[in-house]
Amino acid sequence: MDIDLITQVLFAAIKTGTPLLFIALGEAICEKTGVLNLGQEGMMLMGAVVGFMAAYGTGNAGFGLLGAMLIGMVMSLIFGFLVLHLGANQVATGLALTIFGTGLSAFIGSSVVGQTIAGFQPVYIPVLSDLPVVGKVLFSHDLLVYLAIVLAVVIAWVANKTRVGLTIKAVGENPHAANAIGIKVLRVRYLAVMFGGAMAGLGGAYMSLVYTPMWVENMTAGRGWIALALVVFASWRIGNIVLGAYLFGLASIMHLVLQGMGWSISPNLLAMLPYVATIVVMVIISADKFKEKLLAPRSLGKPFDPRQMA
Amino acid sequence: MSETLKKQNSKPRLELLNITKQYPGCLANDQICMTLMPGEIHALLGENGAGKSTLVKTIYGVVSPDSGQILWDGHEVDIKSPSKARDLGIGMVFQHFSLFETLTVAQNIELCLSPAQLVAIGNLAERITKLSQDYGLNVDPNRYVHSLSIGERQRVEIMRCLVQSVKLLILDEPTSVLTPQEVAGLFDVLRQLSDEGCSILFISHKLHEVTEICHNATILRGGKFVGDCQPAQETPATIAKMMVGDLAEQDAGYEKAYGEDVIFSAHSLNLAAKHPFGTSLKNINFELLKGEILGIAGVAGNGQEELMSIISGEDNRSLKGVFTLDDQDLGTLSAGARRRNGLAYVPEERLGRGAVPEMSLSENTLLTHSRGFVKSGLVNWKAVKSYAKQLISQYNVKCHGEFSEAKSLSGGNLQKFIMGREIGQNPKVLICAHPTWGVDVGAALAIHQALLALRDQGAAILLISEDIDELFLLADRMAAVCDGHLSPVVRTEKTSIDQIGQWMAGTFINANDSAEATA
Repeated sequence: MDIDLITQVLFAAIKTGTPLLFIALGEAICEKTGVLNLGQEGMMLMGAVVGFMAAYGTGNAGFGLLGAMLIGMVMSLIFGFLVLHLGANQVATGLALTIFGTGLSAFIGSSVVGQTIAGFQPVYIPVLSDLPVVGKVLFSHDLLVYLAIVLAVVIAWVANKTRVGLTIKAVGENPHAANAIGIKVLRVRYLAVMFGGAMAGLGGAYMSLVYTPMWVENMTAGRGWIALALVVFASWRIGNIVLGAYLFGLASIMHLVLQGMGWSISPNLLAMLPYVATIVVMVIISADKFKEKLLAPRSLGKPFDPRQMA
Repeated sequence: MSETLKKQNSKPRLELLNITKQYPGCLANDQICMTLMPGEIHALLGENGAGKSTLVKTIYGVVSPDSGQILWDGHEVDIKSPSKARDLGIGMVFQHFSLFETLTVAQNIELCLSPAQLVAIGNLAERITKLSQDYGLNVDPNRYVHSLSIGERQRVEIMRCLVQSVKLLILDEPTSVLTPQEVAGLFDVLRQLSDEGCSILFISHKLHEVTEICHNATILRGGKFVGDCQPAQETPATIAKMMVGDLAEQDAGYEKAYGEDVIFSAHSLNLAAKHPFGTSLKNINFELLKGEILGIAGVAGNGQEELMSIISGEDNRSLKGVFTLDDQDLGTLSAGARRRNGLAYVPEERLGRGAVPEMSLSENTLLTHSRGFVKSGLVNWKAVKSYAKQLISQYNVKCHGEFSEAKSLSGGNLQKFIMGREIGQNPKVLICAHPTWGVDVGAALAIHQALLALRDQGAAILLISEDIDELFLLADRMAAVCDGHLSPVVRTEKTSIDQIGQWMAGTFINANDSAEATA
């Protein structure tokens, strides 16, 4: 491989990892408060289609982004109402949300299939973008790539250094105790679920506004599920999530590159590469089972009813 | 004492007027009135389900009453939330569920403070260290809570209240998780707080503690106020009578029995903890004799749970040559095979482990009795149902019928049912945890009788309990666990609460080690 190819591959890896990063960050915060939302794929598809339609209709990609975040939040509110308010089973409700989002997005998006938009363009950063290799790999991306990184840093800071982070962790570990000391458990969980929805919307919008600026039915191709797995394998650590997302991006690109280089392996097998590679690396990182159990939100998936004092 | 208190401070710190709270199907508090003076240590007494917890949760703002008034320093207040209660100066030490294990002591305390309080305190860690020295609490702000013992955790909770300069401290059964020595330490702290003018509301059902430390007591029964008294002028027996009504016959004690033949033995049991909050078992040896009850005392979380689940086979790690039942190696068998060999098991957690909450009583019967009721894979439901009915009437289980779901029963009734189901298998060995925890006096008596009858039939019973009084009542021989070590086993009549208390605190551990070193 020559240096140009490597540059191209790394550049594309970051791009491919970005939507995953958005979703996984949102879901990580959601899960840290004890709510497991398996509806990521559905929220992401809705974000993609609504984002695309808003950008297509207004001619402004910014509105597309806004629309995607809003629809993600609306979707997550449906989930939140069922799960938090009515105490419905989180797994079943999340699955239903995915099925619902997949169907609805195909339905409302049918009119714009095949249309294209300009989407987000790369931003030019003086000096940095002109650097050899590094400039191309790191500093010639669109705005959303940088937004994802900034968000990751901010979220890591909030989660580990602030009282908000402490509250999130407390609610996820023991909602009854949190309630007893006066934390509004359901409010914290609602906010976390909505944050997750907005981030899933962003992830979807990245697919339809930047990655391939168009709308195709089911275009997210299971990225919502990968993000869910990523959060668990990364042990809810923001740093590991960032690493895992880009690693997945890299492996996804590698399978195309390897095919291009004429490897005589079935492309179906190569297509498995990103999944296998990401899972293997994440399992190795979090091999210390003893320590990992301390990181998992203990109330994950369990409903909390403030009227029922344990 | 209380008279002088009232003279010194004519204004009560807290007055409750006609507090009423109705839950679906249960009137938890019925027109309850109570008065607390500054510096007063006030006991709130009653059996499980008498309404004590509901009342203190009302004061702490966790539960909102249906009617009634709360006066704080003479003014009517509406305590809508725990944070409102803390703003007034009310602190509460919970029995369960109140610390976050994955956070440090300082972080746990920080979560309870408002931003304004945090600013006022300045350096929280320094403040904790200072208070820790002033009150002899010995709390390190930087430790993670999951690494603390139960007693230490309770001190963290008290610290959490002290940091906010409380005027009223509520303690919900604070001594149930402590060794006798730790209880003495706690009482010193409470007396110091009381001298400084802090009011203390103390929930307990251990009467000798109440007579030792409390100035006044309010007694509840079935959600109603039944009387108040000055515990120092009463005896535990007279207070018990007020708590449970005319039923109160203090148990006179049961006859002890001593077996001779070993039926079950554990030999050099060493086992690593399965999860980070668990306790590793360290070189545990003991023998169970036919026709005896061996009681194991200990503060919760010292390895009891691990010991029970490895013996019952619930912890499915196979151990060769460690457990012997009737000369057979039990440690390599599955939980089901162990049961077929004559082991019965009553776990601590009734719903979820002792019984499946969503299944009916007859289905729950089938779970551990499958052999007689299943033929060529088909269940003989008629036999199962009639046997479940028999258990219900024999053990006086209050329920709608054998079709009732396990979760619809009260804790005590479900416990009687599970106990009956296990005893009904005529086990050679019964392992039994906290048999009367949360059970009312009448049901506890029935469970005691059932255990003794089983013993007298020649079965061996391993009884694990945190209730030291119950152990002395039932057990023929006793030992204690501390940090995964098992103390020597002694005859109950040859030991004392003091000695068992010291063993619960681990005094035997070093003695054992040095004995081994010299040997």
